[in-house]
Formats: sequence, C-alpha cells, structure tokens
Amino acid sequence: MQGFLDIFDIYLLEAVVNGILLGGVLALLALGLNLIFGVIDVTWICYAELVMIGMYGMYYMVQVFGLPYWVAAPIAIMLVAALGALLHYIVIEPLLTAPPINQLLATGGVLFILQSFATVAFGIDFRNLGIRLPVLAIGDMHFSYSRLLAFVAALLGMLAVYFFMTRTYTGTAIRAISQDRQIMSLMGVDTRRIYLITSALGGALAGLAACLLVLQYDVHPFVGLSFGPITFLICVLGGLGNFVGGFLAAFVFAQIISLGGLFSDLEWGYVLAFAFFIVMMFIRPAGLLARRS
Amino acid sequence: MLELKSLDAGYGTFQALFGINLDVKAGEAVGVIGPNGAGKTTLMRVISGLIRPVRGSITMEGHDVLATPAHRIVDLGIAHVPENRRLFPRLTVDDNLKMGAYMPGARAKYAERLEFVFDLFPRMKERRSQMAGTMSGGEQQMCAIGRALMSDPKLLLLDEPSAGLAPVVVQQVFELVKRIRASGLTVLIVEQNVQQVLKVVDRAYLLEAGSIRASGTSEEMMKTDTIKQAYLGV
Repeated sequence: MQGFLDIFDIYLLEAVVNGILLGGVLALLALGLNLIFGVIDVTWICYAELVMIGMYGMYYMVQVFGLPYWVAAPIAIMLVAALGALLHYIVIEPLLTAPPINQLLATGGVLFILQSFATVAFGIDFRNLGIRLPVLAIGDMHFSYSRLLAFVAALLGMLAVYFFMTRTYTGTAIRAISQDRQIMSLMGVDTRRIYLITSALGGALAGLAACLLVLQYDVHPFVGLSFGPITFLICVLGGLGNFVGGFLAAFVFAQIISLGGLFSDLEWGYVLAFAFFIVMMFIRPAGLLARRS
Repeated sequence: MLELKSLDAGYGTFQALFGINLDVKAGEAVGVIGPNGAGKTTLMRVISGLIRPVRGSITMEGHDVLATPAHRIVDLGIAHVPENRRLFPRLTVDDNLKMGAYMPGARAKYAERLEFVFDLFPRMKERRSQMAGTMSGGEQQMCAIGRALMSDPKLLLLDEPSAGLAPVVVQQVFELVKRIRASGLTVLIVEQNVQQVLKVVDRAYLLEAGSIRASGTSEEMMKTDTIKQAYLGV
C-alpha cells in the first residue's frame, strides 16, 4: 500500500509545497464536515466512509465498466451527494431533537455499516484506477500531477461552494439558519429542505474528495481511517462549524504532517500533528478562530 | 383581512391565550396593548405560525392560516417582525434583506422591494455591507422592519418595536410606523408603550392574562379609566 504520506522527499521546499497541496484536499474534507455541523448541528462520524464509497464508485466505473475518468467523476460526485441526502433522511432527521450523543452513536453505527458493507461487497483487496499521472520535476523537486490536480480541483470546489453560499438565496439561507433556526419559517424557508440540500452538498464535497484521492491512494474498506480522524481534528482546531477556521487549520495540519514526515519517519508527521492538536486544545479549547459570544 | 376566532394557545401545559377574538381590516392599524406576560408575543407567534394554537381559527383574506405550513404563511401576505428583532447578526444588512425576499414571489420583485426599503430607510443603504449585529438598536429595528417589508406583505406584524431603544429612537420608530401605514400597509402592532402606540393606531385591544379585556378606537381606549390608570399614568 502506498501510505497516505509516503511521497515526501528530503527537500524542505518540496515538503512545504507538498504540504500545501495536501492541505487543499484536507480543507475540502473539512469544509464538507463543517458545513454539516454548522447548519444541521450534527457530526457525521462516517464522513470519511462516504469518501471511501465514492472511491469504490470511481474504481468500478473506471476499472470495471471502462468509463473515462472525466465521465466517472461527476457521476461519483452525484452518487455520494445522493448518499449524503439519504443519510440525512434515514438517520439524522428522525434524531434531530435527540441528544447529541445519540446522533453521534447513530452516525458511528453508519460508519461500521459502510465499512462492513464494503468488506463484504468489494472484498479487502487494495484496488486502484490503474491511472498513473506523470511527475512534474522542477530542479531536484518532484511533484506528482495527481497531487497538483487534487489541489487545484479542491480549491475550485471550495470556490464554487463560496459562490453558492454568497450569491444564491439557498446559500444565504444555509448561512442564516445556524444563526437563528426558529425564525427561518418567518422568511418562508423550509428548514427540512435546507437540511437536505446541505447534506447533499456535504456529500458532493466528499464525492469530489473521493475522485481526487482515488488518483493517489489505493481503495480498501478501511481507507476512511487514513483521513477521517485528521479531518475531525482539523474541524475542531478551526472551531467546529467555522469555515475559515477549518480552511486555515487544514493547511496548518498538512504542513505539520508534511514537515514532520520530512525530518523523520512518515508516521511521525501524524504523531506531531496529533500532539500539536492536544497542546492547542489546552491553549485554545474552542478552536483557532473561536467566536467571542 | 385577518380574523382570529376563539383562539386558545400556549406552550406545553401552560396556556397563554384564552378565547381570543380579534380582527384587522384592510388598511387599518391595530394595536394590542397590555402588560408583560399578557400573551401579546404569543398572539403574534400564533398568527405567523411559529406556534400552533390548541383551538380556534385564523383566516387571512379567506385563507385558512392554520392549514398552511408555517413557512408558507409569509406567502399569504403576513410578515412578522419578531420581538427583539431577531436579525441574522453575522450576515450583512444586504443578506438580511435578501432573506426577507426568500419566497419565489418576492424574489421576482427583489430590486423593486429593495428600492422601497432603502427609500424608507436611507440609513440601511449606507450600512448595506455591514454585519447586522454590529449596528445600533434603532438601526437593527429598521433592518428588521425592512427585512419583513422585502416579502411585499399586505399585513405587517410588529412585536414591541420600541423595546430596548432610547427614547429619541422610540419616537423615530413610531414615525416610521406612520410612514409604513401611509404606504398602504395594514399593521398589527403589539406594544407596552401604550401612550405612543395609541397615537399611531386606529383601534386597539387590551390583552391581560391571556384574554381580551377591552377594545375600541384609540380615542375610546385613551378615555377608558382602567387604561388611564394602569398604562397612561394619569
């Protein structure tokens, strides 16, 4: 298996640039999770497993059915978006007024269901698209095109979300709903519909991440564990529900992982990132950009 | 235009309104006065669908309000400016006004409505890119009224528009209510500031402990002994 972080070379600049590239995808994942949390006030513990399903979708469409990558990608995004909406409709909506711990346990249950489903349906073999993108060499530094593509596409995806959130009525309602849930009906907003749209959007972001990650990593039923936990740490560090905070925290974490991996073994990057998180939780328990209330 | 018949409402086991009969005719300004905790805010919330009554009926121009989903009531032409304004504090003035025009019918008239609101509140035009939560109380009240007007309503529900504002600003708010009336809107206003509100409304109801105790034209209400003693301090 090609690990999550085993592409770093000995050069510092290369590590920094790779850290930035990694930050893009992490920021995309964090945005999806923050969106769900900020608007619906629930945490999808199984978020990374939606990404895993999306990666399998890409694998089957490209490797088994022979669709070109560019055709398969939008289908995978729509598939995971539908899965997000379904998750909300079946699991979250009945639990909207339940205690948060019950919501957490329920989405935790979905995590195990999805992992086990993937194990039974797809097997535990590591799969990949069989697409090898070339490597860009600048001097002695090497950057894989799959990472560059992931970074650019993640930024474009986030930009699209930004325009949707600021330019459209639905997007404005999504931003408003977390500020005053009760009076939304006075504006003529059907909160159930907004929740469903937000869940689909969160799913679509997971789907986009899946299309990008599947170019870099093999798919297996537990691949979600490689980036699920780190996504949660990013969201908490940035301040749960805070989009800008999550964006910044993603790049901070990516840099720590990238540089930590440069100076030592790759796994130490993760150790450093998690240690940094624990220390930060003592210094700023509510996150980097905590709102003063 | 708006008609409430023998309405009972409350929260859980607590009953706040008892057998309310109330009507508002097109073009009128009607006040509901009464002490704290009389059920005035509950009355407003029942009309706009934020809470559902236990018994009774509400009709708006012949439409059954209680058979309408809460988020569709604004489409019947009822706009509610809630107690404490309830703006979206971390949205700009522009975005707050945009939320007021959320319904498809209002979206189509967005530019026209925005001009109307900016005409009424030139201050809002200056503040349009400011976060609503950072404005003064009076400005926030303007923004809240403006947001309600964006839906192009026929009936405007105002819940305590003068609450928490400096005396000078209170004067301005009541001036605004007069101007809103003059633009042809029907207004139902709930107020504790009895002296002020009776100057701008045609008729008023006195609500005490969840029941309507008296009603009449503003002049009649001003002459009623109980109101004089309890609310006007003369």
